[in-house]
Amino acid sequence: MATAAIWPALDYSRVPYRLYHDPEVYQQEQDRIFRGKTWSFLVLDVEIPSPGDFRAAYLGETPVIINRDEGGAVHAFVNRCAHRGALVRRELSGNAKSHTCIYHQWCYGLDGGLTAIPFRRGIRGQGGMGPGFEMAAHGLRRLKLGAVNGAWFGTLAEDGETLEEYLGPAVLGQLHRFFDKKMKVLGYNRQRIRGNWKIYAENTRDNYHASLLHEFLVTFGLDRSTQVGGVKMDARHRHSFTWAEAGSDSEEVVRQAYREAQIRTDYLSLREPALVKFHPEHGDRLNIAISTVFPASVFVQISNCMAVRQVRPRGLDEVEIFQTMLGYEDDPPEMTLHRLRQANLVGPAGLVSMEDGEAIELAHRASRPDRDTDATVIELGGGGEISDRDYRVHDVPLRGFWSYYAELLGIEPAGAVR
Amino acid sequence: MTRDRLELYDLYAAYGGLIDAADWDAWLGLFASTCRYQIIPRENAELGLPAGLVFCDSRAVLEDRIMALREANKYNIHWDRHVIGLPRVLGEAGVEISVKVPFAIYQSDQEGSSRLFATGLYRDRIISEGGGLKFRDKTVLLDTFAVPSLLSTPL
Repeated sequence: MATAAIWPALDYSRVPYRLYHDPEVYQQEQDRIFRGKTWSFLVLDVEIPSPGDFRAAYLGETPVIINRDEGGAVHAFVNRCAHRGALVRRELSGNAKSHTCIYHQWCYGLDGGLTAIPFRRGIRGQGGMGPGFEMAAHGLRRLKLGAVNGAWFGTLAEDGETLEEYLGPAVLGQLHRFFDKKMKVLGYNRQRIRGNWKIYAENTRDNYHASLLHEFLVTFGLDRSTQVGGVKMDARHRHSFTWAEAGSDSEEVVRQAYREAQIRTDYLSLREPALVKFHPEHGDRLNIAISTVFPASVFVQISNCMAVRQVRPRGLDEVEIFQTMLGYEDDPPEMTLHRLRQANLVGPAGLVSMEDGEAIELAHRASRPDRDTDATVIELGGGGEISDRDYRVHDVPLRGFWSYYAELLGIEPAGAVR
Repeated sequence: MTRDRLELYDLYAAYGGLIDAADWDAWLGLFASTCRYQIIPRENAELGLPAGLVFCDSRAVLEDRIMALREANKYNIHWDRHVIGLPRVLGEAGVEISVKVPFAIYQSDQEGSSRLFATGLYRDRIISEGGGLKFRDKTVLLDTFAVPSLLSTPL
């Protein structure tokens, strides 16, 4: 059992490796984080446009169905039959008037309520359910839903923060920017990384690694630590918004900074420059805009490539990254083609992201602790206070992640920073 | 068996063998001067969605992919082994042959542990160019679209 005594430092600049490798901690996370008072991104409005449209999603490892009812209202519920716990809806997406479990044909409406049980009254007065059985008490467990411009989030907490309160102004503002027009889904991709989900969650908050691990980013000016940029967080520092402005660093500054760090910058050239060309959108110059919502939702814009990632734990030692590739409905054909080309940058085969899969597996493989005191070092940008930064060589939001994590797991030490 | 069919078999034997040997220049030589190469998750194909894991809509983008693989990308240290099935010829329209070919690719790590990395179907259009058969358009329809670890070397 992890306790508050597990933390070597009150500013979360040291994270015990044990937290990535302890099966008991993993079970607590499922209960207190994913099924607790956090909100998780589930689906986009445009993915379930018509009555009866449904899609599968997850809260941690808990399977969820989200659908639109006959009146147009959206509902979500745990995809687990109230009878014997079987998966009710087997398909990942489709259109249906109801959801029927194949095992004993218990049938649920689009609001998750139990509507029919075969042989409920038995046959010729024999068998069936007892007279005291209440249909209304045996629906599918409902999620509370919230939406930002057509991006639906769900939670199992009945009396937590509203979605807007949970996100806070900085991230909420970014989601309004990201979803400022009707979206169009270009496709999905999936990746199974043999690492604990929290290493991935840290990675999406880690400004420091981007231009070091992903050489392609530096060379083509997609993401350099020399750019004007930084990070903004919510008041609780559990989410982060990382940004950088295109063309905000001179080639001379870039060359000098990376030369001092002994990192190559100018040895590649592309035969198809469109692969990295940036067309400003939203009336700003941001070519990197990544919003990471605790615990497991990431909204990514790299150049003109847009995606939403759902980070899905698959046991202690594996995580699935489910990514929805996006454009806008009113994109002209050439912009759609541009986004499809720039989709080469991200995902499991991404020119600027495939390294993450390897780095996370390396970190997971070798971090199994030899001693209780073995811990990571998180103090780029200094330790102590967790706060917004207007520079890029730092990993401050990781400490914000761990601070809220400690609170939810009930292992927040007295006097810890928040 | 006709000479044409043997040429087709040779093309696929070379295709898998050259990836497994990481001989990228020779592998690129199997593609026509104007070509496309894409890897599409089966999930997207079933839903009629266009996004690929790898989307090279021109030879230039394909060459950029290989350049990045050689020079910039870091990935799991591994060996590939292609096991390519028999080509099913769907038709010949003029100079172009349409083919579907099943494949399995195993990856082995430095410590000799192997796993099935990818299985799926090549849907290819092949032409004769410069005295040999070349890929004009290659679509890798990926059944194993929950990509294990990461996808670096071409399928």
